[in-house]
Amino acid sequence: MRKFETVTSVGAPLPQINIDTDKIIPARFLRTIEREGLGRHLFNDMRFDSEGNETPDFVLNQPAWRGANILVVGDNFGCGSSREHAPWALADYGVRAILGTDFADIFYNNSFKNGLLPIKLPAEERDKLMEDAERGENARITVDLENQVITRPDGEEIAFEVDPFRKHCLLNGLDDIGMTMERAESIDSFEASDRIARPWLYAE
Amino acid sequence: MSEPRTLFDKIWANHLVDTQEDGTCLIYIDRHLVHEVTSPQAFAGLRAAGRGVRRPDATIAVADHNIPTRPGARAGVIENEESRIQVETLERNVVEFGVPYYPIEDVRQGIVHIIGPEQGMTQPGTTVVCGDSHTSTHGAFGALAFGIGTSEVEHVLATQTLIQRPARNMQVDVEGPLPAGCTAKDLILAIIGRIGTAGGTGHVIEYTGQAIRDLSMEGRMTVCNMSIEAGARAGLIAPDDTTFGYLKGRPHAPKGAAWDAAVAVWKRLPSDPGAVYDTVVRIPAGEIAPYVTWGTSPQDALPITASVPDPAQIDDEDRRQAVQRSIDYMGLRAGQPLREIAIDTVFIGSCTNGRIEDIRAAAAVAQGRKVADSVRALVVPGSGLVKEQAEEEGLDRILTEAGFEWRDPGCSMCLAMNDDRLAPGERSASTSNRNFEGRQGPGGRTHLVSPAMAAAAAVAGRLADLRDLD
Repeated sequence: MRKFETVTSVGAPLPQINIDTDKIIPARFLRTIEREGLGRHLFNDMRFDSEGNETPDFVLNQPAWRGANILVVGDNFGCGSSREHAPWALADYGVRAILGTDFADIFYNNSFKNGLLPIKLPAEERDKLMEDAERGENARITVDLENQVITRPDGEEIAFEVDPFRKHCLLNGLDDIGMTMERAESIDSFEASDRIARPWLYAE
Repeated sequence: MSEPRTLFDKIWANHLVDTQEDGTCLIYIDRHLVHEVTSPQAFAGLRAAGRGVRRPDATIAVADHNIPTRPGARAGVIENEESRIQVETLERNVVEFGVPYYPIEDVRQGIVHIIGPEQGMTQPGTTVVCGDSHTSTHGAFGALAFGIGTSEVEHVLATQTLIQRPARNMQVDVEGPLPAGCTAKDLILAIIGRIGTAGGTGHVIEYTGQAIRDLSMEGRMTVCNMSIEAGARAGLIAPDDTTFGYLKGRPHAPKGAAWDAAVAVWKRLPSDPGAVYDTVVRIPAGEIAPYVTWGTSPQDALPITASVPDPAQIDDEDRRQAVQRSIDYMGLRAGQPLREIAIDTVFIGSCTNGRIEDIRAAAAVAQGRKVADSVRALVVPGSGLVKEQAEEEGLDRILTEAGFEWRDPGCSMCLAMNDDRLAPGERSASTSNRNFEGRQGPGGRTHLVSPAMAAAAAVAGRLADLRDLD
């Protein structure tokens, strides 16, 4: 997994609430067996019209925010389906951090597996960052995961919380399957006693 | 005497492999359901790392999202190349990794959340995962069941575990009997309308009360299925005699002495008296009516007798804008009675409402009536076994005589990954689970309803109150 390093970028404002994973990437683009290349379909039905032309009023089609590495989003971002294609599309487009108030659980989980940092903030802090984001290219926001600080364009710092385990994995680009494999003895011993307690769940 | 525990607390404790100092838990996964859309990258990851599947005996695979449902279409090759590649990739992966698979021509093939319970894979007190958010369906059996992303699919395939933190407990108590004409779908739409699409975030919802206990397993699956639309990690219903009755004799259910031992374990699962929930919501069943959604979030649910809301009367600015955007997208006007909304398409099916009871409910309304000329109406059974049973009961004839199309099983128009989709601007009454913008096809407009209400809409050519049918 790609390591998360400090990111400085304009923040693209997406204030709409309940942006679901079908909006992030519609289901018809899930017919792929690859993880890569989905950035071109990110926010497809908002970003493009039915002929595939860019919709000029969508934020990522405007010069100030095109290619933004940070999104500032409305409440309950990422609700809906479990498709990891949503964080894949975001990461492939170049998004590294998403600043909001709350995120749907599965989307939140999936993001950390893909070098993408979703940050939960109190509404008033998010609202300040939304105002910064709306100022466009003169307002750059910095997200520093190591120190758990967001720096606003005027220099004000906003601290944020993140699960220590997820932070560690993100900073070091760790694959958690490898880490779990190191605990194989615990899994073996769980299975050995479970096989006695609930033998009907195991093939003979 | 230990602290009283909830059903969730007990399942969690029973599956804890270990806990790290920071509270991160490794939990054991009993059952893993795999489908063609969210698994190819996971199998590719295993292959790249030289890893195998730890417990093929705890895993089943099926193709459902991409499968054509036109009668006869599945006999040939899938026309859409990307869909075909995805299904073929799954077929190769299950052979390479030794995972049990229900091929398209097998009568047991169907939507993954329909066939898991049908085959007896889903059992009380188990942990069940799938790379699909509607895995919450299996909570109807008192199983802790939740959707995961593809990285976690790979993690479970390789290790049979997941790294998790415990959820909070929420109780949604629906006391009293459901009023006439109301179904499990109306019940869950009413709940989501009440608590909102993020109301369950971070929680596992346990549904309790008479209205829940009275439901069949099919109805309980409908309720738990849509827990994710309330933002919950999972839904749960305590196992009881209804659960055991459904499971007994199914292919993967325990047999003989093992059955008795399992039932004894399962009977200890329900929440203890006095168990504490972090959040409690009480809804009198008498308040529930046949529901429909008017907007583009499942929380936009109202009784069929209501009207489209007026944004001008909403104080919260974010909410007002969202409502206005939904009304615009849906092509409605504020104050419009829901019963006046004309529809073009009816979709009866999906993991929410594609089971035998749902087909029966639709057929009961269709019997002796005709689908309106302006309406295309599809009935897509959730599995080959549901289809077979419906045909044995003659439901297919009732439906086709009324003008419904009788299809082969699959996810179909719930998410329009196969050929079944709405054209831009088309409007459906749909028994599926999501009314998001474009969910049933770009520009499509979706109203979520129960199977009986969908059949009533097909007959009326508009959203209709089934209690008004002649």
